Amino acid sequence: MQLTVWTYEGPPHIGAMRVATAMEGLHYVLHAPQGDTYADLLFTMIERREKRPPVTYTTFQARDLGGDTALLFKDAVAQAHARFQPQAMIVGASCTAELIQDDPGGLAKALALPIPVIPLELPAYQKKENWGASETFYRLVRALSGPVVERSPREGRRPLCNILGPTALGFRHRDDLIEIRKILEALGIDVNVVAPLGASPADLGRLREADFNVVLYPEIARAAAQHLEKTFRQPFIDIVPIGVGATTRFVEAVAALAGVDPSPVLAGVPSRLPWYSRSVDSTYLTDKRVFIFGDATHALGIARVAAKELGFRIVGLGTYSREFAREVRAEAALHGIEAIIADDYLDVEAAIQAAQPELVLGTQMERHVAKRLGIPCAVISAPVHVQDFPARHSPQMGFEGANVLFDTLVHPLMMGLEEHLLGMFREDPEFHDGAAPSHLGRTHAGPAMEPEAAPPAPAPAPIVVEAAQVTVAPIPTTAPWSADAEKELKKIPFFVRGKARANTERFARERQLPLITLETLYDAKAHFGR
Amino acid sequence: MNAHAPVTAADCGPDIRVERGQRAVFCGLTGIVWLHRKIQDAFFLVVGSRTCAHLIQSAAGVMIFAEPRFATAIIDERDLAGLADMNEELDRVVTRLIERRPDIKLLFLVGSCPSEVIKLDLSRAALRLSQRLSPGVRVLNYSGSGIETTFTEGEDACLDALVPSLPQAESVSNDLLVVGALADVVEDQFARLFSELGIRARFLPARRSGEMPAVARGTPYLLAQPFLTATARALDERGAKRIPAPFPLGAEGTTLWLKAAAEAFGVDPARFETVTAPGRARADRALERYRERLAGKRVFFFPDSQLEVPLARFLSREVGADLVEIGTPYLHRAHLAAELELLPAGTAIVEGQSLDDGLDRCREARPDLTVCGLGLANPLESEGLSTKWSIELLFTPIQGYDQAGDLAELFARPLHRRAKLEV
Repeated sequence: MQLTVWTYEGPPHIGAMRVATAMEGLHYVLHAPQGDTYADLLFTMIERREKRPPVTYTTFQARDLGGDTALLFKDAVAQAHARFQPQAMIVGASCTAELIQDDPGGLAKALALPIPVIPLELPAYQKKENWGASETFYRLVRALSGPVVERSPREGRRPLCNILGPTALGFRHRDDLIEIRKILEALGIDVNVVAPLGASPADLGRLREADFNVVLYPEIARAAAQHLEKTFRQPFIDIVPIGVGATTRFVEAVAALAGVDPSPVLAGVPSRLPWYSRSVDSTYLTDKRVFIFGDATHALGIARVAAKELGFRIVGLGTYSREFAREVRAEAALHGIEAIIADDYLDVEAAIQAAQPELVLGTQMERHVAKRLGIPCAVISAPVHVQDFPARHSPQMGFEGANVLFDTLVHPLMMGLEEHLLGMFREDPEFHDGAAPSHLGRTHAGPAMEPEAAPPAPAPAPIVVEAAQVTVAPIPTTAPWSADAEKELKKIPFFVRGKARANTERFARERQLPLITLETLYDAKAHFGR
Repeated sequence: MNAHAPVTAADCGPDIRVERGQRAVFCGLTGIVWLHRKIQDAFFLVVGSRTCAHLIQSAAGVMIFAEPRFATAIIDERDLAGLADMNEELDRVVTRLIERRPDIKLLFLVGSCPSEVIKLDLSRAALRLSQRLSPGVRVLNYSGSGIETTFTEGEDACLDALVPSLPQAESVSNDLLVVGALADVVEDQFARLFSELGIRARFLPARRSGEMPAVARGTPYLLAQPFLTATARALDERGAKRIPAPFPLGAEGTTLWLKAAAEAFGVDPARFETVTAPGRARADRALERYRERLAGKRVFFFPDSQLEVPLARFLSREVGADLVEIGTPYLHRAHLAAELELLPAGTAIVEGQSLDDGLDRCREARPDLTVCGLGLANPLESEGLSTKWSIELLFTPIQGYDQAGDLAELFARPLHRRAKLEV
């Protein structure tokens, strides 16, 4: 048993729903108890979908357990087929139905429906959401991609590829896809099928016609791409084009595979990130201590952007995607740190506290941890709330994605800078406690959000922080600051003050000094350099 | 021709029928989201799967981060394969939890579908842990599983678990017991009203676990919520006596609810008039502006919380809405008898659900306003139907005189918004 307050991933059948909901003409019959329909609102509320997910639940109750839940399941499959007339169906069990051991695949097969019915085995007590999405997509591709046929010769036609990986409820999948299509179009490469997002089961039958595959989200589509490579000899690219460098490598790799010239895409100034990052205003970003946590795709991609394109220093890198632990560990090693592979947010919180970063890049959860610790933060990976399915175009991938990332990663720091300024001049008459703006939720004035008044609903709701209950794990004891040292510290420019404080305290801790004096401050400065 | 002519529905109140099929409802675990805020020193530990944790996280929205007083002990394959002794595992998890949260005085072990299906005996675990953690922490258990409970029935199961442990009052108690979690502000208003009526009212659940109300044989109790079937039964078993009444939604509902208590306690009718007059007048004034906006509007309820019948009664009688269909997950005929009498004759009530059939009827009727869950709301909006998402009715203070206007506003706002938007 594992004690859990927050879970980064849902159970694997949520992954299957993400694939089914992304597609057209596919229906999912899920053997599940009453109540499991909560999952619908992830799609209708968080992603703001205009249609119900194409999922029929058996919603069995206790009184059904005495009877024939298998019959209930068969009826649900037959009725869903009659009502929705899908091209294909997937059937499976949620965690509770897994325990009652009806056999969805066998039961559905007995109905002999005139469409493909694909059974899913999603072990709910071992695996999680992304694994479920990957497995479902792989099973669909395997069942529906058809027999091996001779591809038409390449001469006299444009290269043709599939884009694999975008799903429903994917972090920025909608806009990433637009960017990747733009790049492929500029390279003169045609897109055969995008799957699962927007694809029908019939479209999966055309996957084999493409010359190669582009895998945007390895967590979801690498297994399917490997199958297509083996079966249809379609090579695949799974360079994740997050950041300028990765996008350039992606374009070069795709162009090489397609036998086309990459220069139309790479010529000129495809992204503003390099210039923005070189402009003197960005100098203060140098060696900013940053902590990165998310799914493997985004954690790895963003780590490279942060280190190589914005000049940050990576002081923490981790993922909840255990399937990709090896890759994340290797990347962390490049930065001389140890990766955090964890799905317990308390472990991640402890790691953030230990690393003392100046910026946290993570999921919704890290956003809240950072808020609690008063550290600037940006969201770079699922799980996310409704505000991270924005109306505006905001990709992570491609050259426009790099522009978005520059803004996203720097914006909270500018805000942080603003807050420091306000803090620095707090004693000036223009500034007072009530004037402090705070994206970090530390306002002293303004309408206090009463916990009672805030509807704790899944809809966008104000953040409710029960001040009395917020507990922050104790940081190793540090010597107190003498008044004159504290005063001197305030004279240090705000953009290095945090580092000066941390260095001085570390210096004092290591020497077990009882009090931080003026001398300690300058001794530490001399010891560490600036 | 000598058989009795069939009695038409119009002659005998609402037209109630039962439907079975796919149900788009929450399970009882969801009740934790408001119950944990009500009982301030209680912790709710769900023993279930990742799905349960994911559900609570989705339902609790952003509250999950404020060191909430609920969590899930996720059963994993080691537990199922018998590699780990589940009871030992549970004890380990609870020990870790109590060490982390020494402020907890009452711990609920909440059963889920997985724990019920594998027949993990949580009541014995609660007993064992209670003995071990006594006197600091009391451990109780109830089931919030989807196979046994629908949404608000989770609160019913929780209060039902509390009833046996309520203190025994000395003799026949003259206190009124008000049963069902109410927003604190509403509870305070009712406490003031009862006090002015000369009735000593105590509330179940209390805000702290050590202050739960006592019960004696003959203690009169008033249900504040319509979904408390098991709790009422447990109170009856301890000899308490239910005061039948409609539920305190809207001015009329509140008056009739208070009146039932006043009559049971022999309060002078003149005093009742004096005490309730200001509230009634305020509610009437607040409702005035919504009558125009809601009168004649055709409302369709999908089943969700069992609040549907009282809400429909309020909408129909106090702001003049027309009722197309009232879906309810479960209809307790006795507890809702007073409500059913007040509904227009022939009102269609559907107990249970067959989701796709219900959607067909809703689309066919094209109501002006559809009250439904968040899984259906946006899809129906995109089909051009105005909706009111029903969960808000559980999280918002809606009972009593001074919330009558707010309650009407909840229904009027989506219509107002639709009229307002030009694009």
